[in-house]
Amino acid sequence: MTVPPSHPTSSQLEERIGAAVAEGRSALIAYLPVGYPDVPTSIEAMVAAVEGGADVVEIGVPYSDPGMDGPTIQEAVDVAVRAGVGMADVLSAVSAVAAAGAVPVVMSYWNPIERYGVDRFAADLAAAGGAGAITPDLVPDEAGPWIAASDAAGLDRVFLVAPSSTDARLAMTLAACRGFVYAASTMGVTGTRATVGGTAQTLVARTREADPDLAVCVGLGVSDGDQAAEVAGFADGVIVGSAYVRQLLDGHGPAGVRALSEDLAAGVRRR
Amino acid sequence: MTTTAPVPPPDASLTRPRPEWPDATGHFGPYGGRFVPEALIAALDELSEAYEAMRVDPVFLVEFERLHRDYTGRPSPITEVPRFAEHCGGARVLLKREDLNHTGSHKINNVLGQALLTKRIGKQRVIAETGAGQHGVATATAAALMGLDCTIYMGEEDTRRQALNVARMRLLGAEVIPVTTGSRTLKDAINEAFRDWVTNVGTTNYVFGTVAGPHPFPAMVRDFQRVIGDEARAQVLEREGRLPDAVLACVGGGSNAIGIFTAFVPDEGVRLVGLEAGGDGVETGRHASSITGGDPGVLHGARSYLLQDANGQTIESHSISAGLDYPGVGPEHSYLHDIGRAEYRPVTDSQAMEAFALLCRTEGIIPAIESAHALAGAIALGRELGPDSLLLVNLSGRGDKDVETASAWFGMAEHTAPTDDDERAVEAGRGAEPGPPLGDADDTTVQDGDAL
Repeated sequence: MTVPPSHPTSSQLEERIGAAVAEGRSALIAYLPVGYPDVPTSIEAMVAAVEGGADVVEIGVPYSDPGMDGPTIQEAVDVAVRAGVGMADVLSAVSAVAAAGAVPVVMSYWNPIERYGVDRFAADLAAAGGAGAITPDLVPDEAGPWIAASDAAGLDRVFLVAPSSTDARLAMTLAACRGFVYAASTMGVTGTRATVGGTAQTLVARTREADPDLAVCVGLGVSDGDQAAEVAGFADGVIVGSAYVRQLLDGHGPAGVRALSEDLAAGVRRR
Repeated sequence: MTTTAPVPPPDASLTRPRPEWPDATGHFGPYGGRFVPEALIAALDELSEAYEAMRVDPVFLVEFERLHRDYTGRPSPITEVPRFAEHCGGARVLLKREDLNHTGSHKINNVLGQALLTKRIGKQRVIAETGAGQHGVATATAAALMGLDCTIYMGEEDTRRQALNVARMRLLGAEVIPVTTGSRTLKDAINEAFRDWVTNVGTTNYVFGTVAGPHPFPAMVRDFQRVIGDEARAQVLEREGRLPDAVLACVGGGSNAIGIFTAFVPDEGVRLVGLEAGGDGVETGRHASSITGGDPGVLHGARSYLLQDANGQTIESHSISAGLDYPGVGPEHSYLHDIGRAEYRPVTDSQAMEAFALLCRTEGIIPAIESAHALAGAIALGRELGPDSLLLVNLSGRGDKDVETASAWFGMAEHTAPTDDDERAVEAGRGAEPGPPLGDADDTTVQDGDAL
């Protein structure tokens, strides 16, 4: 593949995460899917996450075959898929999160973006105020059209690295990222875990060695303020997904999401 | 009549020249590739490298050939079916008898190769997805033979309609996990298997059942299955002194079809015809015809034709045949379709079941319902091509597993209490109407095949 120019300037994500790091803390990145339990409530929940202290919201695009997600996110997303939630709803959520003062970044498996049209997606996302997209099942090797479209629209693009990534793949993936790189803390799917473990720390260290300038955010497994504090000790950003979704599944609504954000936001400040 | 080379030993298949596709990164034109989480890339690279070394390793080739011959019973024979062919417009019909393989279908060809590969890379556990249960049974069989731990993911819906195969897998020592997410069928079983793999990739190999999924699976499974066509091409040449006019096979994911097509791809005069599951009819939206009724997108790690809605969500497929009830198709089929080298046609549940009954009654062979789709294709194509045409049909599996579904379809199950299978069979194709009495099937009631 052609390696694109390494993370040019004017990245919303880079600026926001950089500002958090400058404050001596990590950024808090909250994931919530659009459409659970319904579109308006899911957007309310995202705004509540921001009010509770999230710096960035990962806005999840519902997908019928979420191969990287565990049971918690599957359960919520399945409801949204069956309700026919689509990209128009996602773009509404992007605008709402931007208006609430956080940086919106879309998290989507590749097919919904390809189906919507890659160039159209990039243009509409930029127009809605989105920073870019995280693509969990798109590796840079297959990302030619997305790299071109995100460059043209000035969007960030976040690829994943994993404990199993070779040094060569780390370097190639980091060069294709802009905004931050998503470090999957463990080998596995999304879901809360009792411990996040040392593999995440090792992966972050390898990533920093390969590219000291790119922010590294860690996802998979963080569920509370204490775990957030632990991860904040070595990462630029802490990504929390299933624990937020769990608040909604258990009926705690946007208030529960806000409370969790407050706990996590305190965590990323006591690293 | 000229005589040509005898049936080659199966191991020759792996060292033969392959089609010029896929490229080094697994692309068949715009299709294929790897659309997977980064966490799986290392395992896929490991598989690719180990497989490329294994396929030219004489020790492996000798072992693979021995298993084909002594364990599976290869080469599988060719059977001419003249009484069945009376319904095919005067065409002659030859069946490639993959139904006679150990475990009852072509699936064993692939799993023996992948089980040997598992041992070669030093992993002790295999996982697999299964729809009809044929691939699950084959994987459980190979795991038992080679002393590997085995876990099979199967949609809960499919565990009900293929209960016999669930029992077979458990007898063989495999753990069968019913999948209750999504549509509870094959596509969801594949999602669960990928989730297991990404979590346990250090100890576990994923034995993928068809020519879909991320690279290297489409090319590797093709290599393991091409023995079908390599044998059949030589067998037909030897007995007929000519190539067939058309080669027909059912297509779900498409492994038996690629298996029989590959040897014939360079033979420009031979039509390659894939029969997709048309369910209630492509026009009803209740079908599994990914190429005929779908369009390109990404599913399960590769770009290919698939059934999807305007939001890019996978649409649940419908077919009376659990093994074809899949909303995607292997990327090589998408490519062969686009370049015009193969053609794909839908066969409805009704057409498939008529062909099923016809083969039972005229030839004493109970086919898998999957394979009955290919037989229905032969009825239609034979009538198009007319007398003296020669059709080669891949009879990819036997119908023992389908006896309950067929009994329900043909209204033969009155003596037993209704089961979920009965309801499923009725629901799958007929609404409240029972199927036609089986006795009618030999009375040339076969439809004209307009939908074909």
